Amino acid sequence: MAEIDVAYVARLARIALTSEEVVQFGGQLEALLDHVAQLEALPTADVAATAAVIPSSNVMRDDVPVPSLARETVLSQAPRRQGNYFQVPRIITEE
Amino acid sequence: MAAGAVLPLAGVPLAIKDNMCVIGTRTTCASKILGDWVAPYTATAVERLLRAGALPLGKTNLDEFAMGSSCENSALATTHNPWDPTRVPGGSSGGSAAAVAAGEAVIALGSDTGGSIREPAAFCGVVGFKPTYGRVSRYGLIAFASSLDQIGPLSKSVEDAALVYDLMAGKDPCDATTVDRPVEATLGGFPKDLAGLRVGIVRDFALDRLEPDVRAVYEAAYGDLQRLGADLVEVALPTADYGVATYYLIAPAECSSNLARFDGMRYGLRAEGADVLETYERTRAAGFGNEVKRRILIGTHALSSGYYDAYYVRAQKARTLIAADFARAFEACDVIACPAAASPAFEFNAKSDPLAMYLMDYYTIPMSLAGVPSLSVPCGYVTPQGSDKPLPLGLELTAPLFAERLLIGVARAYESGTQHAAHRVPPVLEASAR
Repeated sequence: MAEIDVAYVARLARIALTSEEVVQFGGQLEALLDHVAQLEALPTADVAATAAVIPSSNVMRDDVPVPSLARETVLSQAPRRQGNYFQVPRIITEE
Repeated sequence: MAAGAVLPLAGVPLAIKDNMCVIGTRTTCASKILGDWVAPYTATAVERLLRAGALPLGKTNLDEFAMGSSCENSALATTHNPWDPTRVPGGSSGGSAAAVAAGEAVIALGSDTGGSIREPAAFCGVVGFKPTYGRVSRYGLIAFASSLDQIGPLSKSVEDAALVYDLMAGKDPCDATTVDRPVEATLGGFPKDLAGLRVGIVRDFALDRLEPDVRAVYEAAYGDLQRLGADLVEVALPTADYGVATYYLIAPAECSSNLARFDGMRYGLRAEGADVLETYERTRAAGFGNEVKRRILIGTHALSSGYYDAYYVRAQKARTLIAADFARAFEACDVIACPAAASPAFEFNAKSDPLAMYLMDYYTIPMSLAGVPSLSVPCGYVTPQGSDKPLPLGLELTAPLFAERLLIGVARAYESGTQHAAHRVPPVLEASAR
C-alpha cells in the first residue's frame, strides 16, 4: 500500500487544505499510487527517459528587440497595484 | 478584409475552448482562480483561423484547466450531451464537442493532453482530431502538461477537420516546440477506398472487455474497414496497458509546475493571508477545484525529493517503451484502429471515484504519450437499457508521427463509406427541425 504525506505535499504545493481534505485526498491519491505501482513490473532499468517525443534543443531567435505587451495592459489586471508596480505581500521579515 | 481576398473560412462560426486566449475576452479555463482575467493577446491557432475568415462565436466549457473526461470538473458551468441531456458530453473539450454536435458551431477548437479532443468527440458523435505533438502552436493555450498538450479541431466531418488543421498547422516563432518541417496538406485528393491499406488491430485492446452492444459496433467498424478494401493485421502494443499509470505521473508532474504561476500576485484571484505564504496557500485553496488540487498534489509528490526516480523518472522510461511499441507496430501496419472509449457517454456523477474517471482515457492516452496523430470518427450507436436515446461511439484511428495526410484520408474514406454521422442527428436538432 503506497503512502503519501498529503499535508506535507500540500505545503510544498502552496495549497491550504482542511483536515477533512487531507483525509479525503489521501485516500484518493493512495489509490492512484497503488495503480501506478504496476510500472514497477516494466523492465525500465536500461531504458532512457523520454521528456518529449519530438526532441528539440536550444531553439534560438535573432537577438532583436520586439514589441511586448504595454505596461498598462499587464498591470491593469493586478489584484493590487501601486502606480506602476504590482503590490505584493512583504516577503522579507525581520529576525 | 481585403477586396478579392479568398478566405477559406469566410463567415464560418467557430467555438473556442476556454483555455485559449482571444484578445479582449475573458479566458477562464473553467476555473475560479483566473477570476475575470481578460486575455491580452490571441492564441496563434485561433489567430490563424480568424485570419482565414472564421467568426468567433464564443468560448466553450471544459473541465477546469482541461483536467477531466466529462466536463464535470468545470467550476463555472454544466454542459449536457446533446444526444441525452442526462449524460456528460465527455471532456475535457466537452463544450466544443457539444457545440458542434448541437449545431451551435460549425467548427470548434479543443485541446488534447490524454484524450481531451477524441473522447468528447466520440461521446457527442463528431470528428475530433489530435495532430502530431508539435504540429500546432500552443502559444496562447494555457498550459496543462506541456510535453503532451496539442490543439486540434472538432467538426461534423473529416473534411472540415482537415481544412481547419491545414490552416492552423506549422511552425510558430512564439512556440519553440512547434516543429520546423513543411506541413503536408490534408485537404483534398482523398482516397475513394482503403484498397491496399494495412490497418492494425491491437491485440492488447481485446474487444471482449467491452459490453456486448459496444463490442458489436466495433466489430462492425472493423468489418467496414475490410469491406472498404483494407487488410486487417494484428499488431501488439504490450505496454499500452501501462499508459494510464504512466500518464497519471507525467501529466500531474508537469501540471504541478505549470500551475505554480497561479499565485494571486499579478492577475486573477487573490485571497489575502497574514503573510506571503498564507496568501499563496489561501489563494490556491480558494481558486482551484478538487481535481486540479489532486493533480497538483500527486505531481508535487512525484517530483519531490526521495520519490522523483521511483515515480517521475520511471514514468518517463515507461513512456519510451510505449512510444517504441507504436514505432514497432507501424512497421507492420499503416494506421491503427481501436475504440476511442470503452463506453458511450455516461450519466452525471457516474464516475465519482477519480481512478474510474482516469480509466476513461485508456484508449487515448497511449497515443498522447507517443505523440502520434490520432482522431475519433463516428462509427455507430448503442441505446442503453431503459433508454430510448441512441448514443454515438467513436472509432479511433492513429497514424505514425507526421502522417496526418494518411490519417485524414483513411478517416474520410471510412466516413464516406459508412455514413454513420449522417444517419442520425441529436434529439436537440430533431426538435428544432420540427
